[in-house]
Amino acid sequence: MTDSAMSTRAKVEKSMKKRRAAESRFRTYGLLSVLFGVLCLVVLFGNIFSKGFSAFSQTVLTTTIHLDTDYLGVTATSDPQELRNADYEGLIKQYLKDTYEPSGRRERRDLYGMVSVGAAWQLQDMVLENPSLLGQTIHINMTMDDDVDQWFKHDRGTANEALRFSEQQLVWLHDWVDSGALHGRFNTIFFTNGDSREPELAGIRGAITGTFLTLLVTFLLSFPIGVSAAIYLEEFAPKNRLTEIVEININNLAAVPSITFGLLGLAIFINIFGVSRSTPLVGGLVLTLMTLPTIIISGRAAIKAVPPSIREAALGLGASKMQVVFHHVLPLALPGMLTGTIIGMAQALGETAPLLMIGMIAFVVDVPGFINDPSTVLPVQIFLWSDSPERAFTERTSGAIMVLLGFLILMNTAAVMLRRRLERRW
Amino acid sequence: MKKVLLTGAALLASVTGMNAHAERDYISIVGSSTVYPFSTVVAERFGKSTNFPTPKVESTGSGGGMKLFCQGVGESTPDITNSSRAIKSSEIALCAENGVKDIVEVMVGYDGIVLAGSNEAPKYELTRKDIFLALAKMVPNTDGTDTLIENPYKTWKDVNPTLPAKKIEVLGPPPTSGTRDAFVELAMEGGCKKFPFIAAMKDADKNKFKAVCHGLREDGGYIEAGENDNLIVQKLVANPDAIGIFGYSFLEQNEDKVHGSVVEGQEPTFDAISDGSYPVSRSLYFYVKKAHIGVIPGIKEYLAEFTSEKAMGEDGYLADKGMIPMTDAEYKKVVDTVANLKTISAQ
Repeated sequence: MTDSAMSTRAKVEKSMKKRRAAESRFRTYGLLSVLFGVLCLVVLFGNIFSKGFSAFSQTVLTTTIHLDTDYLGVTATSDPQELRNADYEGLIKQYLKDTYEPSGRRERRDLYGMVSVGAAWQLQDMVLENPSLLGQTIHINMTMDDDVDQWFKHDRGTANEALRFSEQQLVWLHDWVDSGALHGRFNTIFFTNGDSREPELAGIRGAITGTFLTLLVTFLLSFPIGVSAAIYLEEFAPKNRLTEIVEININNLAAVPSITFGLLGLAIFINIFGVSRSTPLVGGLVLTLMTLPTIIISGRAAIKAVPPSIREAALGLGASKMQVVFHHVLPLALPGMLTGTIIGMAQALGETAPLLMIGMIAFVVDVPGFINDPSTVLPVQIFLWSDSPERAFTERTSGAIMVLLGFLILMNTAAVMLRRRLERRW
Repeated sequence: MKKVLLTGAALLASVTGMNAHAERDYISIVGSSTVYPFSTVVAERFGKSTNFPTPKVESTGSGGGMKLFCQGVGESTPDITNSSRAIKSSEIALCAENGVKDIVEVMVGYDGIVLAGSNEAPKYELTRKDIFLALAKMVPNTDGTDTLIENPYKTWKDVNPTLPAKKIEVLGPPPTSGTRDAFVELAMEGGCKKFPFIAAMKDADKNKFKAVCHGLREDGGYIEAGENDNLIVQKLVANPDAIGIFGYSFLEQNEDKVHGSVVEGQEPTFDAISDGSYPVSRSLYFYVKKAHIGVIPGIKEYLAEFTSEKAMGEDGYLADKGMIPMTDAEYKKVVDTVANLKTISAQ
């Protein structure tokens, strides 16, 4: 008897060891997978941030330039149209030629090429804003060409220098750096300009405005429709075959690849209803289709979470079904619904595939003013820049990704805060 | 809730209503992703230097652009489509069917297609025949008879003993790309015509000739790397043994990372492409709907900007962006076409 008791104990001890080992193995696996996830995130963010950080600074050349009224052919009293048409590019070239005395045509072209075409537009803007500057000598931070920008940030003093610049150009560049005229400053253009084919002038304001307008349309449509659908399905709809089919289909729609919604949008909104391509309106409509299932599903879950006792109490006090829903259930379910909506919006914010079909993959320079102006959205802007040959667009791509990530984090934090603040537990 | 719903619906209705009547005041451009970088530069300068709004440029691919362009006449259809190849007769027919009769063809310039390798790898000296033998699905039998076999070549040395014994690994664009079309037409077909019995096939059985000359191998020697040329450059840097196929402008921008292989004794340089001695180059075009000129504001001025000396000329800003300008005689013809708006049939 003692023998068998001993053996049971031995058996237990033996299996105990095994079970503990299994447990600690499982813990290690779990920890490893979390570590793997964190590592991926660190590598991804590290890569994007290290590449994109330099997008926020911009290389400029500080100089003084005389706004020669004779050369420009305008005076402070000229009308704006004349001021706009004056040859500012020529003035800058003239100034460069006089100051640095390039010899020969080749050198002249090299010299002119180092200053961005945006410098002339800078001058134009300054004069248009304040015509009394004409005839004076002014300080200006001239935007430099993207090649100069990249050299200043990355290639300075490396073997790659000679590949993009001639010897004379390098002499000028080093002189500028030594005298402190060529320096970096915060890249405001990146936030105030629309898209451009010149990397040094490209900005995300157009894309951000487009994103905002598109999401506005999406929100205005999907929130009321989604919430009403959720309320109806949860509170009023009879439980029969038909509503069951509707329910299954909504769940299925949430998993449909987003490009399909783009095709649908193209066929219905553009080809049948004649909404113009590439506008926030059509983009918003398509994204509404995409976010609706998410909002309906989360809305229904939020309504389900409201305890039946509240409904019953209200009914017991003589409230109609409608009053029960709108006075009692909805206010309690709303935080959950809003959370679902924000998550749906965040999803829509990062979407490119459906927009591909409806012409939002487009080059749009002017910042859109209303929902039927042509525009792009942030993820599309990232896609377009990543496909551009100019090297300086690489860092702008990463810079735009950082901004997009920032918005996503902001929206998701808002969702979490809202839930913490407003959600009640029963 | 009701209020929100109603205002939402009202807003939507008013906007769609407005849309249907509003005149489009900006130029709408679609088409090739190869012409896109050039077309957008012109669009931007045009927007900055005139009082017209900046045109909207979509990158849809040459074929996709034509499809949209030929949908019909009216402000909901694009005014201009870019193309990295000449318009096909089937497309002209499709356009005509939908009422797009007068099309103006404008040549933009040239683009070279390069076979690039990492700067860490030696420079290859290829002929079009080598390219064909290395990349075709079916190649002439190695025993010298006039029959075709599945491509047996594994390394470049197998193809041509003067080449290094490196695995054949070429990253190139997918079939939807105009670059791919041009590559098979210029490099592959150019190489396969060197075999007399295949060249003879062209008259006898055109479809078979096309299948043989344009068929790229699918056993891993040719890897479809997507439309993003920057990605191909990055992959070449990571894998110095591979070769990538893309447009000249990407080579020019990444000279510190990759170099172009020599084809038929010619380096892919600006000069060699513009004088036509580099064999793998093609011309780029855009097409204008004549019926829209005068209806959509600014089209004529946009054409003038595009074909101006400061854009298209030898030292123009398009050349700075990597486009290879055409010869003087061709340029004069283009200017004439634009000035008189000569349509395709009238040319």
